[in-house]
Amino acid sequence: MIRLSNLEKNTSAIVDCVEDTQPHDPIAQRLRDLGFVSGEPVRIVAHGPWRADPILILVGSTRFALRRSEADRVTVREVFGR
Amino acid sequence: MSSNTLRIALVGNPNCGKTALFNQLTGGRQKVANYAGVTVERKEGRFVTPSGRQVQLLDLPGAYSFDSSSPDELITRDVLLGRYRGEAVPDLVVCVADATNLRLHLRFVLEVTRLGHPVVLALNMMDAAAKRGIKIDTGTLQRRLGVKVVHTVAVKRGGASALIEAIDGSSADQKMPRTAERSDVRHSGDDVHAEVRALLAEAVQMPRATDERDDMLDRWALHPVLGLTILACVMFLVFQAVYSIGKPMTDAIGDGFGWLGAQAGAGLPDGPLRSLVTDGLIGGLGTVLGFLPEILVLFFFILVLEESGYLPRAAFLLDRFMLSVGLSGRSFIPLLSSFACAIPGVLGTRSITDPRDRLATILVAPLMTCSARLPVYALLIGAFIPTHRVLGIFNLQGLVLFALYAAGIGGAVTVGWVMSKLRGDGSEQALLMELPSYRMPRARDVAIGLWERSSIFVKRLTGVILALTVLMWFISTFPSPPDGATGPAIDYSFAGYIGRALQYVFEPLGFNWQISLSLIPAFAARETAVAALATVYGVSGGDSDVVSLGHALSGNFSVASALALLVWFAFAPQCMSTLAVIRRETRSWRNVGISFGYMFAMAYVASFLTYQIARLFS
Repeated sequence: MIRLSNLEKNTSAIVDCVEDTQPHDPIAQRLRDLGFVSGEPVRIVAHGPWRADPILILVGSTRFALRRSEADRVTVREVFGR
Repeated sequence: MSSNTLRIALVGNPNCGKTALFNQLTGGRQKVANYAGVTVERKEGRFVTPSGRQVQLLDLPGAYSFDSSSPDELITRDVLLGRYRGEAVPDLVVCVADATNLRLHLRFVLEVTRLGHPVVLALNMMDAAAKRGIKIDTGTLQRRLGVKVVHTVAVKRGGASALIEAIDGSSADQKMPRTAERSDVRHSGDDVHAEVRALLAEAVQMPRATDERDDMLDRWALHPVLGLTILACVMFLVFQAVYSIGKPMTDAIGDGFGWLGAQAGAGLPDGPLRSLVTDGLIGGLGTVLGFLPEILVLFFFILVLEESGYLPRAAFLLDRFMLSVGLSGRSFIPLLSSFACAIPGVLGTRSITDPRDRLATILVAPLMTCSARLPVYALLIGAFIPTHRVLGIFNLQGLVLFALYAAGIGGAVTVGWVMSKLRGDGSEQALLMELPSYRMPRARDVAIGLWERSSIFVKRLTGVILALTVLMWFISTFPSPPDGATGPAIDYSFAGYIGRALQYVFEPLGFNWQISLSLIPAFAARETAVAALATVYGVSGGDSDVVSLGHALSGNFSVASALALLVWFAFAPQCMSTLAVIRRETRSWRNVGISFGYMFAMAYVASFLTYQIARLFS
């Protein structure tokens, strides 16, 4: 189980959960609304040019750009093979 | 409004092609306004169905979810729930979903269907879906969702015919059949996700999660080195276009109004009325409309970049850098536009979703060196800075000009950073930005967007700017000089008095009363400072006289004063048109006050230091 922000580029993973960093964390809620929910396939497609931030993540068939601090909230399981 | 007008609300995720569908349905018959108290646009259009039915179509802001705190999504939710005052509950909801991105969009569709309105689901971009081999079982979707499902291709002529047919066939009193098991109990998010998965498994076949073409383009466009190079080229092109297309048009408009003023002046007797018509009204109108070409060219490119999907990519590349100075990646384009003119820059901040980021961008945008500062810079640099070679290759004049641009950018970085520290609430700014598929921009959508932007500018600002211009004319014309007066007329006017009074304020900066006076018309439009200085120094206007004006200036004040004046123009709160736009866009005089206040303080301190330091060396 690793944080989405630490996932290597082009490695497939499955979302485990999104953690709130504070009670009623609006960003975590937003991430869930955008499809970062348990069982959803994700993959890192690109990194920003400076300090590899933000991160471009493919979730389902949508690309979302998240800042590292946002992606830190998501824990994922790597999928091997394929 | 007749009772048989059908009220339809158009809803959908951002990037579902809703606006293109709206344009397809209503053509040019649109009304754009703002929802009260917020800068969220309210777009309404009308059309008549083949059977002669009147339809009033409301384009609600794009939303990912109703469970949100963003102002636009709250409006969409409240209108649909009938909680938005002054907005009737729609008779029918047309929910638009991108057929290539149903995994995301069906979630919102489910939220909408659960509100219990009659809903038609428009599966948009069916052509792109077919090309990618995506198969959608419409019958199953229709049955499972309990709503009518139609296919649309918003960007193709006649691509909305199935939707129009469905609208024609629906009727407000005969509600659509809805699935029985739907309860009014709020479903939890997980529930919606589970339902989406079940729907996808049953009704959608997708050979590949993404478009191969998008993946390939992104490998180039988002590459750390290549991506930034492409971005630099795009920006260079936009800038070139603004100067080579926009600027000549602006000059032509200025010349045209000058000619018009002369013609009108010839027909009027000499006196205040003539001066009001030629200098006040026609001159003022020329100033307002003179902004238009640059605004149009810039917005053309911004719209094309936005429609094509490149704009969020540019924001992605620059986000980390912009964040470090208290802004966001989305601030970049408006700030870049501000190098031409702060007005389109401020108008362009509408694409920044976070209200705090948007305000920060609006406040620093006027610090970018706009093209109106150039005539002033050119005059002063030409008159006071020698054409020395520095280090053998650089021209000192060029270096000073560069330093002034850099000062503006440095100022913006500092102000952005300070503001992010002062903001104080400490809550995290979110990026959470979708990068949509690349699309070919459509001429009609770009044209309608341009028309909207320019009519907003002309309709809502002409009055304010014209009024201020006439006021400016008034104080620099009255009272008229007494008989036998020797000095230029402006000496005896209110502006003259104000200039002399301002001299006490500006003396520590090394400004004499003539400079102080020229700052008053410069507040209307920076470039008029040159004309004002020409007037007070008794040099008749015209391009050929710039040299003689330069001589007059260098004979009348010191290099230290000139440098201080240059620095003043780099930071000073100008022009009033920009302040009027800030008022318009933020709907708050407080923000205008903040903008004016901080820029005045910054310009004053910087000019003061420049003058005092320069004096030590000279």
